[in-house]
Amino acid sequence: MDIIDRRPNPHGKNLDNRRRVLERARGAVQRAVRDAVSSGKIRDVAQANAVSIPSDALHEPAFRRMFSDGQREVILPGNKEFSPGDRITRPPSGGRGKGGGDGEASEQGGGQDSYRFLLSREEFLDLFFDDLELPDLVKREISTTETMMPSRAGLSNDGSPSQLDLSRTMRHSMGRRIGLRRPRPADVTDLQARIEELEARKPLSDMELDELQRLREERATATRRLNRIPWVDPVDLRYRRFSLTPKPSTRAVMFCVMDVSGSMTERMKELGKQFFLLLHVFLERRYKTLDIVFIRHAESAEEVDEETFFNDPRTGGTVVSTALAEVTRVQKARYPADQWNIYVAQASDGDNTGSDTPVAVELLSKTILPVVQYYAYIEISGSGAIIRGETDLWRAYRAVAEQWPQLAIRQVGDRKDIFPVFRELFSRRSTEQAGAP
Amino acid sequence: MTAIITTNTKRLYTGTDWNFQTLRDCYDAIEEIAVGELGLETYPNRIEIITSEQMLDVYTSHGMPLIYPHWSFGKRFIGHENAYRRGLMGLAYEVVINSSPCISYLMEENTVTMQALVIAHAAFGHNHFFRNNRLFREWTDPSQILDYLEFARGYIARCEQEHGVRAVERILDAAHALQGQGVNRHSGMRRVDLNAERERARERRQHEDRTFNDLWRTLPEREEAAPLRGGGDRAESGLGLPEENILYFLEKHAPKLAPWEREIIRIVRLIAQYFYPQPQVKMMNEGCATWVHDTIMRRLHETGRIDDAAFLETIHSTSNVIAQFDFEQVGPNFNPYALGFAMMTDIARICTDPTDEDREWFPDIAGNGDPLGTLRYAWAEFRDESFIQQYLSPAVMRRYRMFRLLDDSTKPYLLVDAIHNEDGYRAIRRSLASTYDPGLQAEEIDVVGADLAGTRTLRLEHRTRPGQLLQPDDARRTLAHLADLWGYGVVLKEIDTQTDRVLFTHSAP
Repeated sequence: MDIIDRRPNPHGKNLDNRRRVLERARGAVQRAVRDAVSSGKIRDVAQANAVSIPSDALHEPAFRRMFSDGQREVILPGNKEFSPGDRITRPPSGGRGKGGGDGEASEQGGGQDSYRFLLSREEFLDLFFDDLELPDLVKREISTTETMMPSRAGLSNDGSPSQLDLSRTMRHSMGRRIGLRRPRPADVTDLQARIEELEARKPLSDMELDELQRLREERATATRRLNRIPWVDPVDLRYRRFSLTPKPSTRAVMFCVMDVSGSMTERMKELGKQFFLLLHVFLERRYKTLDIVFIRHAESAEEVDEETFFNDPRTGGTVVSTALAEVTRVQKARYPADQWNIYVAQASDGDNTGSDTPVAVELLSKTILPVVQYYAYIEISGSGAIIRGETDLWRAYRAVAEQWPQLAIRQVGDRKDIFPVFRELFSRRSTEQAGAP
Repeated sequence: MTAIITTNTKRLYTGTDWNFQTLRDCYDAIEEIAVGELGLETYPNRIEIITSEQMLDVYTSHGMPLIYPHWSFGKRFIGHENAYRRGLMGLAYEVVINSSPCISYLMEENTVTMQALVIAHAAFGHNHFFRNNRLFREWTDPSQILDYLEFARGYIARCEQEHGVRAVERILDAAHALQGQGVNRHSGMRRVDLNAERERARERRQHEDRTFNDLWRTLPEREEAAPLRGGGDRAESGLGLPEENILYFLEKHAPKLAPWEREIIRIVRLIAQYFYPQPQVKMMNEGCATWVHDTIMRRLHETGRIDDAAFLETIHSTSNVIAQFDFEQVGPNFNPYALGFAMMTDIARICTDPTDEDREWFPDIAGNGDPLGTLRYAWAEFRDESFIQQYLSPAVMRRYRMFRLLDDSTKPYLLVDAIHNEDGYRAIRRSLASTYDPGLQAEEIDVVGADLAGTRTLRLEHRTRPGQLLQPDDARRTLAHLADLWGYGVVLKEIDTQTDRVLFTHSAP
């Protein structure tokens, strides 16, 4: 008998199989994930998430029988009151479905009709943002390089000994030795032995003397060669080479700009918030550090903390340009464009003081758009379902958007629009279409 | 029997914690009783200590220490994991597999009493059963299964590398769906030589390597498959129809499969065949193991090697395992541990202390004074169905208050047509036995023809039992898998066995 302690064995034998299940049910899981998010549970996104998918997606079919009609006999335990001939009313449907095929049917009928997954945060977000990407990410990132990383880049003739590529080096060494006809040590020993053999035999014939002479010359050449041609020559050495490649900047800042004037109702602010949250989670996955700046505005703008931003109502008119000026100020002061990836998301109901719109457009196109990666403008319409006519701000922004692909504008009427709009903004092919509403 | 050892015997342990030394001591003491007193014959034992997380892994692969990767195992794993995490399911204290050496998995969380109990249960009870029961002896070769599984996993991994995970998954999905039809039920049992299997695959591969010639690749492809010469009948006669083992048929005759695809089907088929006896003797196997552990633990207590506290824990856990709920809770399901244990205990009682009723029902064994020999014979020679036919006594039927319902779908009520009394015993015993009869439980589906000269449509027949058709949705999907492997259309007719009338026709694609 052996006792083996398997506890220290590698765990997670089934991780691969688990991954395969997710892969297989990907469509269904993805739908479940998106439903979970659009039904307003985005706050929970930060935690590991349980999603349920219809078990159909993972069904394993087989030929199974089921009892449909006719007669069958069933043996049951636990008789308390029945005598032969007693009649029992048929239990409602469950009785028939359940018994059919004894246990096999329970997989069909009484069993689970949905399948529950516990997803890690990573898996959840991966599925959630599966086909989304940041527009123009690469181009801007490389231009904002700040660190260099070594990466493998072939071989070189010099380097540190720890990077010596032994097999390459020996290959070169062997080629050189063969090319220069360096004798093998064994050959020299051989010659030596034959010379000694001849020398030992005293009276030598002429032929043997010649032979001895020849062998001695040969030995001299061989020894000379052996001494002159090294086993490993510096020219053989090969080192693994590393070159420094630029590593894209991984810092980003996200400006959340929202109109909090009297015309924005709580519901509209809630919609804006949903959008900001989505964007935040999305950006967080791409950047190591992500800062958020909250700027609210009515007649004037100010930078506030998150709590105030979402919860503290203000009243009064609306001057959008003040917020844009504030964005510029904060950005210039703290987030230089060559070190940070800058994103702006603006939510508004489209109201603006008439005379301010040209100022806002001017600010937007002259100072903000040139430095940002992406500027998303969400216009929230008041009455819900129906998108009303175009506002001044919308018209003005649309004109700007035609020139600047970084600017994307969308209208949102209802909570369920948020997610589709978000997907639309960041879907894979959005680069070609960005800016065309 | 060895002499009863008196009170000066050392206790094996006290308290609840175990270490490897106490495990060894327990094992030795248990072995002494199992082999010396009960006369059990076992494969060499190997005991592996695992964590609860590893236990979930073991569940997933039917207890096998390794298995090829497939998503369905992941599905099972997630299911178990969810149930366990949410507290819906406790883990078994042990899992044991039919191999030689016989591997028992023990969970580290168990108390020392539980470890002793499961060693008695698994390493001796189940192990003896695996080694001696006729079904296992005839169908399985436990000395080779571990190596074969290793080979299977390696082979499938290599296929995944060469042909892609998708391509392999396609074959495995289909083969798994047809697993139930991958066993030769009627055409005789044959123990597969699993070592020869590995050898075979290796040789085939070498042959391929040797005969590989890149020139063949450059030959122009034939325009289309030439029509088969000769009559369809003649071609069909080479197929050995009808064939109940659909996987075997596909492996040998499916026209479009690549050699590696056939080998994967073969792997699934052989593993299915290896597991085929297991459910047929589940009740007996569990009954045997439970009876063995109960007897051994009693002896340990009698001889003073475990204390009262440990013995109470044993009784507590045994009675949990053998609890049988009434039909209101569980319907027509008998707990295999309960029924098995009750029958084993009953047989032992009949041998030593028979009543008049027992003498009438079991004249052969009543009062023969050899309970161990009688039980060992029963464990070796029967399966659940025949065991119930042979040994289910009125006493056990009364104990579980069994009764029989006649379910006639034309009537609005269910009829109680037999209960645990003089008139009912035999009817109940017959019906209960038939629910364990694999011949009655399995679907009889045969390949009956393939139109080789024409459309190559494969024809199958399901000989139905009265009122029991295939679940249509499942049948459709399984058939789609079958059609995928066959490469051409497939038609499945459900036929009334009595009248030969076609009741339903499924077809794919």
